[in-house]
Amino acid sequence: MKEFYGYERPDGSVGIRNHLLVIAPIDCSYEPARQIADRVEGAVAITQYHGCGANPMVVNTLAGVAKNPNIAGILLFGLGCETLTNDLLFEKLESSGKPIESLVIQEEGGTITAMEKGVRILQQMAQHVSQLQRKAFPLSKLSVAMECGGSDATSGLAANPAVGGAADMLVDEGGTVIFSETTEMIGTQHILARRAVNEKVADDIFKMIEQEEKRLSGAALKSRFMSKGNIDGGLTTIEEKSLGAIYKGGSRPIQGVLWHEWDKFDIPTCPGLWLQDGTGWDVPSISHMAAAGTQIACFTSGKGSTTGHAIVPVIKITGNSKTFRNLSDNIDVNAGAILDGEKSLGEVSQNIFDMVLETASGKRTKAEALGFKDFAVFSRNRTAEKLLGHC
Amino acid sequence: MKKAYQIHEKDNVATVLDDIEISDEVEIVSLQGGSLSKIKLKQKVISGHKLAITDCGKGEKIVKYGEIIGVASAHIAVGDWVHTHNVESDRMSIQTEGASS
Repeated sequence: MKEFYGYERPDGSVGIRNHLLVIAPIDCSYEPARQIADRVEGAVAITQYHGCGANPMVVNTLAGVAKNPNIAGILLFGLGCETLTNDLLFEKLESSGKPIESLVIQEEGGTITAMEKGVRILQQMAQHVSQLQRKAFPLSKLSVAMECGGSDATSGLAANPAVGGAADMLVDEGGTVIFSETTEMIGTQHILARRAVNEKVADDIFKMIEQEEKRLSGAALKSRFMSKGNIDGGLTTIEEKSLGAIYKGGSRPIQGVLWHEWDKFDIPTCPGLWLQDGTGWDVPSISHMAAAGTQIACFTSGKGSTTGHAIVPVIKITGNSKTFRNLSDNIDVNAGAILDGEKSLGEVSQNIFDMVLETASGKRTKAEALGFKDFAVFSRNRTAEKLLGHC
Repeated sequence: MKKAYQIHEKDNVATVLDDIEISDEVEIVSLQGGSLSKIKLKQKVISGHKLAITDCGKGEKIVKYGEIIGVASAHIAVGDWVHTHNVESDRMSIQTEGASS
């Protein structure tokens, strides 16, 4: 049986990193939060840019990433006059059993005082987490996000099939895999629904993709389905475009749809392959899969990407050997070796699977070693959601 | 010789990653492993685009990734360029203005 080495959390989940998360619930307190995090080993600060109201999509994502097993301790760092308060997040996070502290700038007698306290809190947490030891765990404790972006003709030919093969291996070993980007599934609902574990899941898949079509059509964005660039690049139909994207999720049965609607955010209830109703925008898409518990992400790109992530290590894969040579500082795996005739598809899938386990057990990805900590939160448009009857 | 890649054994199209001129011969390679055949191109096919590896009558299914990606809107012969001029989506006609990638 395959294993990885991780850190057990109080709630029984297993982290593969020991990040200390500083959450500025609103961007008003982000700059001091970032400076606090910069002072302490292992700390990372995040925020969101959707205003200071308690937008439930934002709250669910921030709470979800704080609950992610890669987070060993949490410092909430608010301004004081926002509706999306520290207390609101604190209530959602208490049950995780993780060390969690809260500071509000307007109540601490000023920014510098609050920052000073914040640094001391994180310093103590950093010392505490340095004593945690990795232990062996089965893959039933591992959840992996599959993402694609900056696609080119090699993405559907090599990178996504190779990652899909690794996804199948992870699922076969008892792991969890999530793939998202509903806009990238349009036109393939009948194909995905065939793989649903039961009729309800099949219905959910149709519903999820069809309501995304409605969102785009309602916003007069029907043209987003296929771009001129897609067609010039050789993609003939929406089915062809989406098939290339969904390949990254592999071929195993789909356990269910993880809804990410205005006030609903699902997490997997068993291992296996899951679909998240999520955005096609890369960094927030990874954030939302991390909020659903993935400890690691595989990211395929044809043209190349520098993306890392604040919560999860990101393994980057390209199907384009030229891109790999140009961006070898950023990209971990060259699936272009398949098209060059140097490696088989199966060999590259095995390489990716092995790299997932090595990364889970502590090896840094290229983006991590460079200190890249991208983070963003996506929110839907409330008016559109209301018109669709989702809130 | 330049290559065209067949992804799934059921596929009746293969994708090229170089620009291929009329009358050039391409080797059809399976991503599952092995060389399948050599085909002489009837039309120029640019990088990222597809060519037919079997004849397809009008109304026949075009298969890539082992799945139907559309229907032939005209007769397509082996070695023909396969794209929006001779294939239509089963699900949605193409609208391109202002689209995203």
